[in-house]
Amino acid sequence: MSNRKLISFLRIFEKDSVIESVITPIIGLIVGLLIVAIIILLQGVNPITAYQELIFGAIGTKINLFSTLLKFIPLSFTGLAVTLAYRAGVFNIGAEGQLYIGALVATWVAIKVNLPFYLPSLLALISGTIVGGFFAFIPAYLKVEKGINEVLTTILMNYVGINIMGFSVNSFLMEKGQTAPQSPLIERSAHLPIIAKLEGVHLHIGIVLVFVIAFLMHDIFWNTTWGFEIRSVSINIEASKYGGINVKKVIMIVMFVSGAIASLAGSTEVLGVQHRLMENFMIGYGYDGITVALLGGLNPLGVLVAAFFLGALRNGAYSMQIATGIPISIIYVVQAFAILSIISASALYKKFLAEN
Amino acid sequence: MIDILLAILNISFLQAIVNMSTPLLLAAIGDIYSERAGVLNIGLEGMMLIGAFSSFVISYHFNNPYMALIVTIIIGFGLGIFHAFFTVTLKADQVITALGENILALGLTSTLYRIIIGVTEIQPECPGLPVLYIPVINRIPVVGDIMSGSNILVYIAFLMPIITYIIFEYTSFGLSIKAVGENPKAADSLGINVNVIRYIAVIISGIFAALGGASLTIGGLKYFFDNMTAGRGFIAFAAVIFGRYTPLGVFVGTLLFGVSDAFQLRLQTLGIQLPYHIFTSIPYIVTLLVMIFSRQTSFSPKALGKAYVRSS
Repeated sequence: MSNRKLISFLRIFEKDSVIESVITPIIGLIVGLLIVAIIILLQGVNPITAYQELIFGAIGTKINLFSTLLKFIPLSFTGLAVTLAYRAGVFNIGAEGQLYIGALVATWVAIKVNLPFYLPSLLALISGTIVGGFFAFIPAYLKVEKGINEVLTTILMNYVGINIMGFSVNSFLMEKGQTAPQSPLIERSAHLPIIAKLEGVHLHIGIVLVFVIAFLMHDIFWNTTWGFEIRSVSINIEASKYGGINVKKVIMIVMFVSGAIASLAGSTEVLGVQHRLMENFMIGYGYDGITVALLGGLNPLGVLVAAFFLGALRNGAYSMQIATGIPISIIYVVQAFAILSIISASALYKKFLAEN
Repeated sequence: MIDILLAILNISFLQAIVNMSTPLLLAAIGDIYSERAGVLNIGLEGMMLIGAFSSFVISYHFNNPYMALIVTIIIGFGLGIFHAFFTVTLKADQVITALGENILALGLTSTLYRIIIGVTEIQPECPGLPVLYIPVINRIPVVGDIMSGSNILVYIAFLMPIITYIIFEYTSFGLSIKAVGENPKAADSLGINVNVIRYIAVIISGIFAALGGASLTIGGLKYFFDNMTAGRGFIAFAAVIFGRYTPLGVFVGTLLFGVSDAFQLRLQTLGIQLPYHIFTSIPYIVTLLVMIFSRQTSFSPKALGKAYVRSS
């Protein structure tokens, strides 16, 4: 499997300019929505009505906007995790497993630790990142030491991570006297601080963390030696080695941090929104991180834009389903066509350049 | 411990291995063609899912599992063309395309299931493929017993390694595929149409991946649920790497995963006090361990993953 080739192809997604990285996801999603409009039409539903419901459900009221932002947070974390790894030439498809493991460890710590103020939640977040990071470190280690491609190992580890979490909420972390696979409620002292409240919807501090990490990442990539080292590893491994960069070390550290960021998607959701761990509590957010990263031009700031759109899509799809009966799962069709349309557009563009 | 030994030392355990290996074997053997021709197909997962879904729907709707089988082959053909169009014609990246395809398969099957079948209280069942009785095979001791409950897909799956071996070793078509995967430029100069061979190879992979999915529904459970392939496509892909792209190696690889799958099911039915999550992880962990302990890179076709650009 030629990874160098993959990374060089991905460069078409790589948008260093912020404006470009904002426009790409929008165009991709528009194409996706147009194709899906045909499926909706075949269902005997007017696509315009359906999409009006979708937009209303996503941002129509303040509460809906808040719910969209609550989906924006985990999508940003996983999108940033995939972006960071990619920038070092590693394809992290394991965000799903990393976030499940992160959520598991964070919940466990939040339930066991009894400390005042927000210390338990801080401790929970940190332990989640360490274990999530370690979960991502394994494929990185296998890649650099054994030459095993990370695409396959991270996918396989997702299933392992999801099953470990499922096992935990069915055994030692299961709420006493309950038959449902879920943990007990987390004490209030271990909840994440809430920064805004609107009726029943609480926006937690995770959103601040998202912006901090995104801007920090952006700054590190383009203004520091670290960022230069990370980017040069993905561009040319041989040249980086020659230039004195410890390629193995860079890849392992970056994957650890990538897993740590992915774990935050799970731990902030548990500590900030759901307050207990349930089996299958956030299916697909890790895989959506890949879509977010690709649509966001593999640029930390573009990721924020793409994550917002995908969050809106996820949230709006509920209203669309209630109003028109179009299943929520259709958003995956939209996302797939968004990616495939960008792939084909850029492939055609490359072909056009080659022929002229 | 004796319980466990007794549970696995019998014919029904061997039958379970055959049943668990069939979907993987079909997808993995088909994938050999694609990989050998130089096209990665991580889209196996999505192709299997679509195959599982379409065979279920057709069999459910028309009450005819054989018709479902034929439609699935046609759909697999289409899936192959889809993947080949992106990877061979457009020369798009083979991994990204596959990721897009897998998301598409998940979205399409879940959506269409709700549209066509709707949300029901009881899981609707479709007619499954009937047991196929082949006089010669079924009279062989042990083998006959193991195969006695099998449908046509199981026979196809276990014949494919032999057929594939013959194709790759003794036919010019097999030789062309290998040439295209190892050195497309040289193949081209010998008058082999690289893109046509790659299209055919990817189409074969698409058909068998779809059949692998069909063996889960019309050849297995007789019902469909969201994301029911649960990573089997990825495991099949791993089996191809483990099997070093050879029919025999891939056969051994899929059997190994079949054994671990059958073993975990058997332990569950024994009522051993361990939650099922531990058991369901076994095949994935075995796959990971197998990848760690088997060397792989040096065996892959030289042009694997690279689109062929004809230079003048």
